[in-house]
Amino acid sequence: MSFKIASSPHQHNQRSTAHIMRLVALACLPGIAVQAVLFGYGVLIQLVLAIVTAWLSEALILKLRGKPVLSRLKDNSALLTAVLLAIAIPPYAPWWIIVIGTAFAIIMVKQLYGGLGNNLFNPAMAAYVLLLVSFPLQMTQWLPPLSLQSVDLTPLDAVCSIFTHYSCSGFSLPQLQANIDGITMATPLDTLRTDLSRGLTLDESLSRPVFFAFAGTGWLWLNLAYLAGGLLLIQQKIISWRIPLAVIASLFVLSAIATLAAPDTIAGPLFHLFSGGTMLAAFFIATDPVSASTTNKGRLVYGALIGLLVFLIRNFGGYPDAYAFAVLLANMAVPLIDYYTRPRTYGHRPRSELK
Amino acid sequence: MPGLFQQIQAGKLWDFHGGIHPPGRKEQTNQKPIAVLPIPDRLYLPLRQHIGVAGQLLVKVGDRVLKGQQLTGADNSMAVPVHAPTSGTVLSITPHTSPHPSALPELTLVLEPDGLDEWRQREPLNFLTCDNLTLLSRIQDSGIAGMGGAGFPTHIKAGLTQPVDYLIINAVECEPYISADDLLMQEAATTIVKGIDILCRLLNPKAVLIGIEDDKPIAAAAMMAACSQREHYYVRVVPTKYPSGGEKQLIQLLTNKEVPNGRRPADIGIVMQNVGTAFAIAQAVLDDHPLLSRIVTVAGDTLNQPQNVLALLGTPVSALLDACGFQSQPQQRVIMGGPMMGFTLPDLSVPVVKTTNCVLAPTAQELPAASTEMDCIRCSACADACPASLLPQQLLWYSKAKDSDKLNEYNLADCIECGACAYVCPSEIPLVQYYRVAKADIREQQREALKAEQAKARFEARNARLEQEKQERQQRNQQLAAARQQQQLASGANTAVADALARIKAKQAQTAPADERNKEQILAERELKKQQARDYQQQKAQQQQAHQATEPHSGQPEQTAATVNTDSKAAAVAAAIARAQAKKAAQATEQHTTEQQVMPTPDTGKGNEAVVSAEADPRKAAIAAAIARAKAKQQTQTENETSAPPAAAGTVDKPTAESNSAAPEDPRKAAVAAALARAKAKKQASAEATEQTAPLATEAVIADKVVADAVVTEDPRKAAIAAAIARAKARKQADSENS
Ligand code: SF4
Ligand code: SF4
Repeated sequence: MSFKIASSPHQHNQRSTAHIMRLVALACLPGIAVQAVLFGYGVLIQLVLAIVTAWLSEALILKLRGKPVLSRLKDNSALLTAVLLAIAIPPYAPWWIIVIGTAFAIIMVKQLYGGLGNNLFNPAMAAYVLLLVSFPLQMTQWLPPLSLQSVDLTPLDAVCSIFTHYSCSGFSLPQLQANIDGITMATPLDTLRTDLSRGLTLDESLSRPVFFAFAGTGWLWLNLAYLAGGLLLIQQKIISWRIPLAVIASLFVLSAIATLAAPDTIAGPLFHLFSGGTMLAAFFIATDPVSASTTNKGRLVYGALIGLLVFLIRNFGGYPDAYAFAVLLANMAVPLIDYYTRPRTYGHRPRSELK
Repeated sequence: MPGLFQQIQAGKLWDFHGGIHPPGRKEQTNQKPIAVLPIPDRLYLPLRQHIGVAGQLLVKVGDRVLKGQQLTGADNSMAVPVHAPTSGTVLSITPHTSPHPSALPELTLVLEPDGLDEWRQREPLNFLTCDNLTLLSRIQDSGIAGMGGAGFPTHIKAGLTQPVDYLIINAVECEPYISADDLLMQEAATTIVKGIDILCRLLNPKAVLIGIEDDKPIAAAAMMAACSQREHYYVRVVPTKYPSGGEKQLIQLLTNKEVPNGRRPADIGIVMQNVGTAFAIAQAVLDDHPLLSRIVTVAGDTLNQPQNVLALLGTPVSALLDACGFQSQPQQRVIMGGPMMGFTLPDLSVPVVKTTNCVLAPTAQELPAASTEMDCIRCSACADACPASLLPQQLLWYSKAKDSDKLNEYNLADCIECGACAYVCPSEIPLVQYYRVAKADIREQQREALKAEQAKARFEARNARLEQEKQERQQRNQQLAAARQQQQLASGANTAVADALARIKAKQAQTAPADERNKEQILAERELKKQQARDYQQQKAQQQQAHQATEPHSGQPEQTAATVNTDSKAAAVAAAIARAQAKKAAQATEQHTTEQQVMPTPDTGKGNEAVVSAEADPRKAAIAAAIARAKAKQQTQTENETSAPPAAAGTVDKPTAESNSAAPEDPRKAAVAAALARAKAKKQASAEATEQTAPLATEAVIADKVVADAVVTEDPRKAAIAAAIARAKARKQADSENS
């Protein structure tokens, strides 16, 4: 009788990479739901487009690289990249935006760097930045929340406008973007930045209808939904609490100090936390294991760095929202952060004492 | 802030980084009493069951042995003996599959029990009255080695002379399934405590900390009850977490101390023993019952009746499994040890040994085999689980890249191979396996490096020795030269000098154009010279006989020289022959050409040959030098005995001048020139030796030696320098002789 030889350990917990990726994607559901309800169904179509593109490009590249296709597709990492990109872009962006973005994310950013686990940059965010830089107009055309929209959009309208640039009833995107009063609506962050550059004070700007409570109509709910999904992930021990906490804490502290120093030009911490993609970035994008820091101390540094960069770019940079740039810049710093935040090995003296 | 000891007394527990919580599955076995296995048909006793060395065999095939009789001796401090677990006959002593991850065959004694279970004479000790040495040797003689894991000889840990603050008794048993220590504590707590008493006598610790995981409440209660009379024994119930039973982890857990890397627990005043070991010590001392059996957890869903059994050491695993109703499945794995750190067995004839705490026969559903390895997603789950605070994902990366520097930087050596990282890895990467391979590679590299280092040290030592010898020789030569000068002054014989001078001049005239001569010529000369050599050989033989008559010890240095390098005997012999031939030829030519000096000296050719062969192998050169040295010595002796007439001091000028002129930039020319010089000097020397005017021979030898040295270095520039030095020396000596 012959017996099977295996290497220890002979036991494994049942959590696989595919499982983790799937859970992260599922945790986006509350946010997706809120986005669909408040900003229209465009996001659902974007999701379908993104996932299909991601799978196709992943399969293509794996085939070319001579790797097993099916088993790798099943790790759900391409799926997650697609989901993150789809929910990050404006829901009514033309179809080719998401297709180009997803293909770029999978082929260039992920597979050409050596596949899952080897990419330096977060694929979804690298693609987002590429799109933002290449197609700035399409990438900033966020519709106002449904409550402020001048025309009611049906799911069919969403399909039409994504594929034809016109809704079924013949409205173009800029027309749809206009609110009931016929004024073109931008995102709260965008509006604020434009107003401030026009010399308006913060208070004046915040009195516009696009702002609601302390963040912005719709955006507050969206961020709360992502916050809920993220907390679920932490509770499930899928992601470490360190990165989200560091992102939020540093953004909070910085904007709190800044708003005290310049109350007329810099919005307060709650506005920053619950507007734009803050929560999405903090819980879902910055925590991408592959491109984030891997040490516990490093994660705090990495998160804080993202918070700092978001704060700086939003308030002093050229783009209204900044998490994609912030995440990419922080990605670049990861090897350095990891190197200098290695934990002290059992029985070794702290590195500071070694010198 | 209370001191550490107060905190420990107050029952404070600490925590260690990482750790995992695999399902315990101890309920399969921890409620049932220990079953005693019948004596099996055969017992397989590996002669080495612990870290350290095997003892000397004390029995031979066919001997009848009694229960408890020593089979191997404790002849070495790291050796612990193996005993006959029951009475019977030694059937054979052969290699047998070892209970080790490698499953390599190890020398194993096969015992056929006779079923009588007849004891040898037993001498229980009273540990309160006998001294420590007696206790320690009893522990060693009883074959006790750590029963928890590695099997470190217990008497060494128990015989520490360093002061011990804490004796930690490891009863954590953190691996899933295993409940052997649990049952032992449930059933024999008082004996265990007696064993701890003995350890306390030996080590005299401030406190005894007994660590038990909280999934063993009955065992913990039993131990607490048994310890109730001892006020410095503390039973500490620690939370269930793998691997809290690791030595370093348990120390951190109970005392908040870390063993500094590269040190042992004893260095921070801590000694750890397993409960099973404490029990074995009590048995050995109080009953003179050596380590003959142990409790083994036999578990897994393929068994009808998983349970703990008391098995004789040497019982094959198949007997254990059969006793528990084993039903093999396709692709069955049988694991010795726990699911986290155990190893699979290739067959079931592997015996139970002192460190075997569990035999596991799981079904595929119970412990699914590892599925395909995926890419690392750098999720750091492994780093969060690692009890040594390593970064397993980085170690994986560098293991794959075989970057041993980086692996050292990331402290691969501190990995305890607990498997926690691989357990949690979502990509199911067999991390531990990668580390094992990397560690083995590094060990191999270190071995190689050590070897190279040793070789280098040997080489340097030899160089130093040669250098020293050279210097001594020079000194001696100078003294001799001075003596000769005196003699010269006294006798004033000039004819010999004049003769030699003339000879050298003539020779120089012939050999100077040797470089330009074409090959055919050289070959022809060589041929000629060989002929001459052959002619001369007979003559030489006669001469030698005569020589030997006058110098009985002349052969001796030659011999020592030949044995200097035993490993390259062949080379030495070859070199010696070459040299002897050269010399013979030189002598021959000398004899043949003293009158008609027109003949070209074939020596140059031979000399070149010697150099060429020396170049081929620097070692040979060294050997040649050694031989030359020996010869020089011989000649010196001759000189001393015959008190030769004054040397032809003036003759030295010539070779010097010649080598001066032949000191070209071209290193090869330099070598050739040096060879020429050497050959000439030698010829001269031999000529003079035959004429009983030997002094120059030693110089020739020096030149020889320098050339050899130069060739050893293989650096043409060095060779040139060496040649220059040789020249300078020769001149100096000539000067001193002239004056
Ligand atoms: S647990 Fe596995 S996948 Fe995650 S970082 Fe460690 S090695 Fe990589
Ligand atoms: S096997 Fe080594 S690297 Fe993995 S968790 Fe254990 S100590 Fe850490």
